Amino acid sequence: MRTALVTGVIDAATLLAEVAAPKNGASVLFVGAVRESNDGREVSGIEYSAYAAMAENEMAVIVSEAASQFDTDDIVVEHRVGRLGIGEASVVIAVAHPHRAQAYEASRFIIEALKKRVPVWKREEYLDGTREWVDPTTAREAAPR
Amino acid sequence: MTVTALLFASYAEALGSSSIELPLAPGDSVGDALARLRAMPGGDRVPPAPLVAVNLVYRRPDHVLAAGDELAVIPPVAGG
Repeated sequence: MRTALVTGVIDAATLLAEVAAPKNGASVLFVGAVRESNDGREVSGIEYSAYAAMAENEMAVIVSEAASQFDTDDIVVEHRVGRLGIGEASVVIAVAHPHRAQAYEASRFIIEALKKRVPVWKREEYLDGTREWVDPTTAREAAPR
Repeated sequence: MTVTALLFASYAEALGSSSIELPLAPGDSVGDALARLRAMPGGDRVPPAPLVAVNLVYRRPDHVLAAGDELAVIPPVAGG
């Protein structure tokens, strides 16, 4: 298990390689990336910031929970902070397990918990030059989809 | 006594700083510190009962603060 808050580009292939093991018959890679639009507005980029000490703690706690719930230690999660452009990965989750069902479920568990619990914030920048902090408690993004 | 309030994202923008030294009285709670913050210019954009962590542990408004505590006022998270 490994978690990290990073400032550079996340290399998803490296994370995938890190969780591979002969006992694992399934690997699931989740990549969360910056989307070109949100709530009907054209996005040019997102600036991510974090309360680093707590974010790192909470990511580790979530991964520990997933490890015990889904019975695998082969989990790596990296979340990026700083300014990201369209298509760049903000979060990557790699999970491997002997069987696919648990790998999929663990991956989903981690991203949903991360979005609710890890103190990371994003400020969207729009093509019209404005920017706004995203508040999931008021935005439509609050509902998983 | 003094505690350090850490502010993030929209709250830091509202109060114009990511770190504010708050003068408090001995025995003051998280709630008292929040009331003081909210009375500052721009503080009205911080809700009355935001998520708060003291020295990296989530705490309730009645938690009593000590000199030198680090009080993080945490906006709705939006990672991923």
